[in-house]
Amino acid sequence: MRAVLPCAWLLAVVLACAGCTVRESADPGTTGVHAAPVRPVPLQQGSVFAPPSVQAMQADEFENPGMLWVARGAKLWRQPEGSGARSCADCHGDAGSMRGAATRYPQVDPASGQLLDLEGRIMQCRSERQQAAPLAWESEPLLALTAWVAFQSRGLPMQVSIDGPARPFFERGRERYQQRVGQMNLSCSQCHDANWGRQLGAETISQGHGTGYPVYRLEWQGAGSLQRRLRSCLSGVRAEMFPYGSQEHLELSLYLAWRAGGLAIEAPGVRR
Amino acid sequence: MDTGGTRIGRVAGMRPGTMATMASALLLAMTLMPAAASLAAAPAVDAIERPLVDGATDPLRGRAIALGRDGNCLLCHGLVDAGRPTGNLAPPLDGVAARLGAGQIRQRVVNPALTNPNTIMPAYFVVDGLRQVAEPWRGKPILDAQQIEDLVAWLQTLR
Ligand code: HEC
Ligand code: HEC
Repeated sequence: MRAVLPCAWLLAVVLACAGCTVRESADPGTTGVHAAPVRPVPLQQGSVFAPPSVQAMQADEFENPGMLWVARGAKLWRQPEGSGARSCADCHGDAGSMRGAATRYPQVDPASGQLLDLEGRIMQCRSERQQAAPLAWESEPLLALTAWVAFQSRGLPMQVSIDGPARPFFERGRERYQQRVGQMNLSCSQCHDANWGRQLGAETISQGHGTGYPVYRLEWQGAGSLQRRLRSCLSGVRAEMFPYGSQEHLELSLYLAWRAGGLAIEAPGVRR
Repeated sequence: MDTGGTRIGRVAGMRPGTMATMASALLLAMTLMPAAASLAAAPAVDAIERPLVDGATDPLRGRAIALGRDGNCLLCHGLVDAGRPTGNLAPPLDGVAARLGAGQIRQRVVNPALTNPNTIMPAYFVVDGLRQVAEPWRGKPILDAQQIEDLVAWLQTLR
């Protein structure tokens, strides 16, 4: 029986391919074959794919609406909070102390072993060091503080660690990035690795970096976090969204941060 | 036939006759195949000849489905007279009926993975094998059988 099988197999393949024009007409770049977990080449900022008017808005510090959040963050940095009435500045000093901080997030907190993004670290300081009431995810003060801290790293290259305790988080993020999800059955990678630079309707798909976050998005008429953006992508493919602060978001963010390694932070970005 | 069912994807609201057509295509494919071959390597089902519903179809309604939020086809496909920006992740729909027969077009919309397992195009009439589908859409195909047939009717006008 074994002997006849190769023959039958060949016949089947020939039959199957007789009418398959689809393979020919498909650009190889549009299929899932580029799913390998590698950085896009060349690495390009999200703003590169935004319309020119939006790029101009981001580049001009006075036009960039995200700077309103940065300014508010600067105030909150000096504002005493919590039972000890201490401000962020009381522990950290001036803005210079935060230079480069955002390039190293998400990172594993050695004390708890938890993966923290920048927002998570700010909230941890607030609860443990200031003994202040927690800030809600996506609240204005949290976005403002995050935007201010991220702004201190503008122009500096991303350089997160994926070694040691970060490794398992990174691997899970990488897997999730390749996972097809939702009713539309698409993965992050199929859009942001295999199809960046192409048009999805009126939108140009970028390489999917988080280096501009928090961003001011015209569609939101406000600032939003990277987690909010990930929720938009998931809802776009009709997938269940991950909750704010979820492990899934953090792991994905770590993978994104590694993937953007060497790319400069451009927060606060402006997007359409 | 279990594996066959998975391969083609469980479809919703399909009438028995159509299922039989699809099933017999698969049966043919599977008898030609080494038993141990992986599902991904199964020979392609290139065409679904039987319409999913009997009765009238409306190409104009099909066009509205393609251009509107139900089908969202132009997110990826171009169309010369769309009248607005379209995507370019996929070949333009213009002239599709000159390239493919009705059965092939139906297959591409029902479950394009049958001819291209790596395709990024969603299967519009399959509910199996999907993960993490948001609640409002869980267990439902993207389009219903009538919508698929209206769509196929419109696509056949694109010569
Ligand atoms: C169907 C296509 C599609 C899928 C799938 C998708 N995205 Fe996106 N994504 C977009 C589009 C379109 C935008 C908006 C334009 C842009 O900035 O890329 C975007 C934006 C982004 C951005 C913001 C980039 C910036 O500079 O503002 C990030 C980060 C991102 N996506 C990550 C992801 C991740 C992670 C996943 C999976 C959980 C994912 N995307 C799934 C299409 C997609
Ligand atoms: C997320 C992207 C995407 C969406 C949305 C999409 N398609 Fe496609 N479609 C593709 C790609 C890519 C191909 C090329 C063949 C392949 O990769 O399978 C394709 C191929 C086709 C083909 C075969 C074309 C040919 O010339 O061989 C037809 C017909 C088709 N699509 C119809 C539709 C219709 C109708 C809709 C909406 C109901 C739709 N598509 C939605 C991506 C998409």
